[in-house]
Amino acid sequence: MAGQVFWEDVSEGSEIPALVKNPTTRQLVQYAGASGDFYEIHYDRDFAEGTGLPGVIIHGALKNAFLGQLVTDWAGPSGMVKRLTCQYRGMDVPGEPITARGTVSRVYQENGENLVECQIWLENAQGENTTPGSATVALPSRKG
Amino acid sequence: MSTPASFLTEEMRQQAVGTASEPVSMDVEKGAIQRFAEAIGDPNPIYSDEVAARKSPYGCIVAPPTFLRSMRAVRPELPFDIPFDRLLDGGSDWEYFQPVRAGDKITAVATVTSIQERTGRLGLMLIITTEITYTNQFDEVAATQTNTSIRY
Repeated sequence: MAGQVFWEDVSEGSEIPALVKNPTTRQLVQYAGASGDFYEIHYDRDFAEGTGLPGVIIHGALKNAFLGQLVTDWAGPSGMVKRLTCQYRGMDVPGEPITARGTVSRVYQENGENLVECQIWLENAQGENTTPGSATVALPSRKG
Repeated sequence: MSTPASFLTEEMRQQAVGTASEPVSMDVEKGAIQRFAEAIGDPNPIYSDEVAARKSPYGCIVAPPTFLRSMRAVRPELPFDIPFDRLLDGGSDWEYFQPVRAGDKITAVATVTSIQERTGRLGLMLIITTEITYTNQFDEVAATQTNTSIRY
């Protein structure tokens, strides 16, 4: 977390600092416990392979959480996330780094709020975008 | 299990859309928020540190944006049996209206908003869209979440 970003400081095309995550099978088990999602494709390799998957895969909702962290880290303590979307286009597997990235696509004001819309996504170790999404954040103004 | 060529009829589609789950309530416990933040690997102190959280604009410990996912008890029962036992998550669209604070009591209701049939890489699939509304103890909608799930 790098302090507070202000609405006046961002413009279309601004990059959100990337967030690198290194999910492990241990983290998938931890996430299963914390979220209550005990579907076996996330920790039982035989089960996962039996459903036609190449092995255990990362919970979509955990990838959603990585994108949430990307956005909350960037928005800072006074930023508010208004919307967070993502689509699970590609499967991600534990044991490889995943990089969350984002760029600002729109800066606007609405109902007295200073808003920023971003395109966000997850990149796998091969540089492929597996999880495109978007976020809308209300940022504080330098004018108070 | 043999996969039928087609499954969903227009009548079934109409029956399914609007089907809602029973409301499920959860007390948002500080420990649960902390464990969730640890599980996603997010060290932000507003999820665990009372002192830091007290100084934040929220004034208390709040939940990470996707925390409400842990109320996963809610999934509307479709009004018919489906010949698919596999499930994939297609995506999620969250909208936030109120922070979810430690100590809140959140009630979730899920409603099927659309159901479609498609044939893809995995064979015949049902694409089910569900909107979950999360309401706090002040009857304020804290968040809505539109989920797409794939049954195949």
